[in-house]
Amino acid sequence: MSHLTIPKTYKLYIGGKFPRSESGRTYEVSTAGGEFLANAAKASRKDARDAVVAARKAVDGWSGTTGYNRGQVLYRIAELLEGRRAQFVDEIRRSEGLSETDASRQIDAAIDTWVWYAGWADKYVQVAGNGNAVSGPFFNLSTPEPTGVVAIVAPQESALLGLVSVIAPALVAGNTVVVIASERHPLSAISLSEVLATSDVPGGVVNVLTGSPGEIAPWLAGHADVNAIDLAGAGHLDWVDLEIAAAETLMRVRRPEPGVTAPSLERIVFFTETKTVWHTKSLI
Amino acid sequence: MPDHSTTTSLMPAERALRIIGSDLSESSLTRHLDGLPGVDAVGLEARAAALGSRSIKTSSKAWAIDRIISLIDLTTLEGADTPGKVSSLVAKAITPDPAEPATPRVAAVCVYGDMVPDAVAALGAHHGDPDEGGIAVAAVATAFPSGRSSLAIKLADTADAVAAGADEIDMVIDRGAFLSGRYGLVFDQIVAVKEACRKPDGSYAQLKVILETGELNTYDNVRRASWLSILAGGDFIKTSTGKVQPAATLPVTVSMLEVVRDWHRLTGEKVGVKPAGGISTSKDAIKYLVAVAEVVGEEWLQPHLFRFGASSLLNDVLLQRQKLATGRYSGPDHVTVA
Repeated sequence: MSHLTIPKTYKLYIGGKFPRSESGRTYEVSTAGGEFLANAAKASRKDARDAVVAARKAVDGWSGTTGYNRGQVLYRIAELLEGRRAQFVDEIRRSEGLSETDASRQIDAAIDTWVWYAGWADKYVQVAGNGNAVSGPFFNLSTPEPTGVVAIVAPQESALLGLVSVIAPALVAGNTVVVIASERHPLSAISLSEVLATSDVPGGVVNVLTGSPGEIAPWLAGHADVNAIDLAGAGHLDWVDLEIAAAETLMRVRRPEPGVTAPSLERIVFFTETKTVWHTKSLI
Repeated sequence: MPDHSTTTSLMPAERALRIIGSDLSESSLTRHLDGLPGVDAVGLEARAAALGSRSIKTSSKAWAIDRIISLIDLTTLEGADTPGKVSSLVAKAITPDPAEPATPRVAAVCVYGDMVPDAVAALGAHHGDPDEGGIAVAAVATAFPSGRSSLAIKLADTADAVAAGADEIDMVIDRGAFLSGRYGLVFDQIVAVKEACRKPDGSYAQLKVILETGELNTYDNVRRASWLSILAGGDFIKTSTGKVQPAATLPVTVSMLEVVRDWHRLTGEKVGVKPAGGISTSKDAIKYLVAVAEVVGEEWLQPHLFRFGASSLLNDVLLQRQKLATGRYSGPDHVTVA
């Protein structure tokens, strides 16, 4: 017996909840062949604002956990991804028109990337931090601290792997994230939201907006409560303007990068600020 | 055996004498309050929801934001309040947004009675009537927030605050007495506190009567308590202390505004309303402005007839104000803490 197809209308992921867009708008997501796949919410600037508020609220809790704990939480996401592998493979195949082998390769790479970054959570401080030599009897230690709320324009192609490769490094240090998913292939991002909602990641740590990056990114770039913006997938936008808007509020900016970026420690350290403390050496 | 309390005559409050008549006693007051028509709870909530769904854009929003600021009682009511905290609150009341000198000032600062001298000293020349560009000092009194103490202590609490320079007194009613039907006791206490608000020059500190609607359970009780407070001489009726949940809600405020409207139709007198507690965003505050304008009229949108009791609302309103001015969303790092 054939089963009735249920056309889905997906929602946003903000503050651990799945709200509709405040604007009430949706847009159609098509398969690579141009057939209807699903409806996705088309986020407005107010959704972006709400997402930043949710992300800001989550900063203290998430950055306050130990690196060891954050590593475990991130590793758990990789486990959950593995459990929903078939769903991701199916979505990637239909949305991006890849073969089963290529789709499997993408989800494998995405899981590996999570695991790779999860491992850094309790190690990057030792590598990126320093004991500085100073001309006095002091310990002088520089350590990286999370910068706060990071806005991200996810890569437009290779939707799942691209997304994971930009949000995982920002999360490792304890930042919270507002990410604009790939406009044409948002399903992987939505499914990843569902994974995050059932994982140990506190609500508000990752907020996923679907819709038009061209419409939402300028509001995030100009937002005074966003600490850094990763324009990874903004190459097709007028990103110089975004960079200028971000400079107004002294926001840290990462310029567009073509394709999917390879995992790197540099991406983790990029979204941190250096804190230096002095402490006397001899108390005897 | 007849309950002798029902025949007890009450303190002669001028408004009650006019409306109820010269046989003012607990039984005639109770008869009057019980004779008030009941509140249609579903209709009230639907009306409040409809008033809250208006879309307010651009120039109206800019007007609303400035008006909200000028109607705020900037409040700190913590056990941990210090003179330093009060003076930083006052600094924020005088200059809400240092980057934007055109920002209006708030109507009043609201503190515990013992902090009134600190507030008055910190305000200095800015202390005055909000209608004349000053900032008033409001003090909570009468064993705020529970109201559980003897009348003598409540009156002393009030008189202390007035002597220290408070222009407005926020008193709490005895909810226990109200809920057990002893309306006369509640009435007498309000009348007595009102008398304690008398300043040496013969004028009175403005009296705001806190109903603590979160403890009154029904809209009918809110209506009765509002009516009772007005009869006893309250200049303002205020929803809540902010220490009990739920605090101010839009339906409760609309029902209180309706009482104020009815009182105005009946007597021509204007009584103020102050929702307090739980209003922390400009979006919510704008809904209250709409409700006031629709229920009693726009003339109520002035500091002597409508106030917001709030501590965190001001910062959200300032963020919205900055957004309107710059076109960019602002953040909590760009407003001062108070």
